[in-house]
Amino acid sequence: MSVPLHGIIAEYETAEELLHAARRAREAGYTRMDAYSPFPVHGLAEAIGFEDYKVPWTVFLSGVAGAIAGFAMQYYISVIDYPLNVGGRPLFSWPAYIPVTFETTVLFAAFGAFIGMLAFNGLPQPYHPIFNAPRFERASQDRFFLCIEATDPLFDRTGTRHFLESTGARLVSEVEE
Amino acid sequence: MQEVVQRETGGLIEGKHNYESVTQKIASVAMGYKHPLPWYVVTALASAGVFMLIVTISWLLLRGVGIWGINQPNGWGFDIINFVWWIGIGHAGTLISAILLLLRQQWRTSINRFAEAMTIFAVMCAGIYPLLHTGRPWVAYWLLPIPNWTGAWPQFRSPLIWDVFAVTTYFTVSLLFWFTGLIPDFATLRDRAKKRISQIIYGILAMGWRGSAKHWHRYESAYLLLAGLSTPLVVSVHSIVSLDFAVSLIPGWHTTVFPPYFVAGAIYSGFAMVLTLVIPIRAWYKMQDFITMKHIDWMAKIMLATGLIVVYGYIMEIFTSLYSGHTAEVYLVSNRFFGPYAPLFWALLICNGLIPQVLWSAKMRQNLPLLFVISLIVNVGMWLERFVIIVTSLHRDFLPSSWGMYFPTIWDWTMFIGTISFFTFMMFLFVRYIPMIAIFEMRDLLHQTDKHRHAPAGAPAAHVATTEVSS
Repeated sequence: MSVPLHGIIAEYETAEELLHAARRAREAGYTRMDAYSPFPVHGLAEAIGFEDYKVPWTVFLSGVAGAIAGFAMQYYISVIDYPLNVGGRPLFSWPAYIPVTFETTVLFAAFGAFIGMLAFNGLPQPYHPIFNAPRFERASQDRFFLCIEATDPLFDRTGTRHFLESTGARLVSEVEE
Repeated sequence: MQEVVQRETGGLIEGKHNYESVTQKIASVAMGYKHPLPWYVVTALASAGVFMLIVTISWLLLRGVGIWGINQPNGWGFDIINFVWWIGIGHAGTLISAILLLLRQQWRTSINRFAEAMTIFAVMCAGIYPLLHTGRPWVAYWLLPIPNWTGAWPQFRSPLIWDVFAVTTYFTVSLLFWFTGLIPDFATLRDRAKKRISQIIYGILAMGWRGSAKHWHRYESAYLLLAGLSTPLVVSVHSIVSLDFAVSLIPGWHTTVFPPYFVAGAIYSGFAMVLTLVIPIRAWYKMQDFITMKHIDWMAKIMLATGLIVVYGYIMEIFTSLYSGHTAEVYLVSNRFFGPYAPLFWALLICNGLIPQVLWSAKMRQNLPLLFVISLIVNVGMWLERFVIIVTSLHRDFLPSSWGMYFPTIWDWTMFIGTISFFTFMMFLFVRYIPMIAIFEMRDLLHQTDKHRHAPAGAPAAHVATTEVSS
């Protein structure tokens, strides 16, 4: 083995075939794999045994941070640093702070969603070995792929290849690191 | 309801299509497709208009806002009229992309990308106005809570500062939402690109997206959450814009109906603008398979419904003014009906109230030239509405000794036409370089409709069926 392997990849024609193959791979005991599809296939993440709630939590926490930051900023400015007497109204007129607090909440939460999604996905990422796979450019167009990675404890160069061929794949090939 | 959705899904993509043909059809427009002649003509005219805008702004910066028609008592003229008009147009984009997503309206898929682009460019046009109306735009950063040498801070009890926060947040969140939706499509373009330069540019924009199931998992929750955040945001933006008026004591502005009535008006004008743009572009780029008559029909229905809410707003405005018995309020109504700007008021009622009623007829909603004309009329009507609200209230308020008239100058018009040109120019560039329909969502839609076709009669609706497969 001159070039280290990233894994072995199988190509499918439909989302259902991919789902089926992913489920079979899980049943066969494989744990380190990834599936690639040109649109979000419902249930595919579960099929490869992946679950992650970091994005929703990030959004929630950044929203809370935005609310606190927005409100605190207005309090500091209007009450502490620059108190302006407008017609004898109280300086801490909190109902008037609500619109801006709402906007900062949404702004921070939206950044949380955007940056969180990218960061947890490890993007932007200029290079990934999966792009070495033959015909992989169709993963963003009309084909579905399942890759069992070389780091999987059950990974075996010929065994895994035979397994993937038995799942009804159109093409099975090795992906170099 | 489920059944209706299922049955209707059939008409959302017409003709025989598979993943490849959908991708090919949409991506080819952004990648070296030969563009139809009208694209060149409109883009050329619009770029001439953009130069006019640049000249106007330069002259304005040189001479000050005195070149506009604003005066005392009409401190707000075209600048605020057009600001509100443009912000309103942007709202349909967010409604289509966010609210319809949450309501699981699959028909949004064909038009959301387009409408979101419209939002972004409309908010850009809107933003130019208050920025220049400050008179000294080079110190516009005073509006933001940035510590500066004056030691002064913004006044957070004023709706005008709420407006600054609402509009900047709206622009930023719309941009993030739009870009998030674009990432998988940029990956498609990257993988299809033949030219090195396109591969590099789309490759950078796609940020290494590879369609991994793990990525999609996080992507979908982020996208849904962005939609959930945009929904209250869009309502807040035009509500806050309306508070610029409603919080004041000016007759005709000081009413509680303003926030909902402004939001409905925004969606009304926004859908009109979507139709104005979609009808010709769909024909020039032969997108009839994806933007079907069903889409057009539903957009026309939403326009009709929001139009009726707006008319209700007009009636409530008149009623509240008369019922208040306040001299200035009662005078305002008679001034709108019979005063110097009365022709504009009646034109507004005809444009926004009367003419769109033809949309009750299903046949009329299928008549594209007619719909195009109606959408233009509604755009004009909504502009007149803002003119009437702003000018008739300001030009004759409590003190007859300070009454005056407002007439826009040539610079007001060049600036207005300039922003329309800028908007058109940006929209046409968008159509040229970026997939105008969300390709990956169309593939998903195709996948779901295919399932129906193969499912036995009485099978559960698409998304239910999908979860069944996965469990």
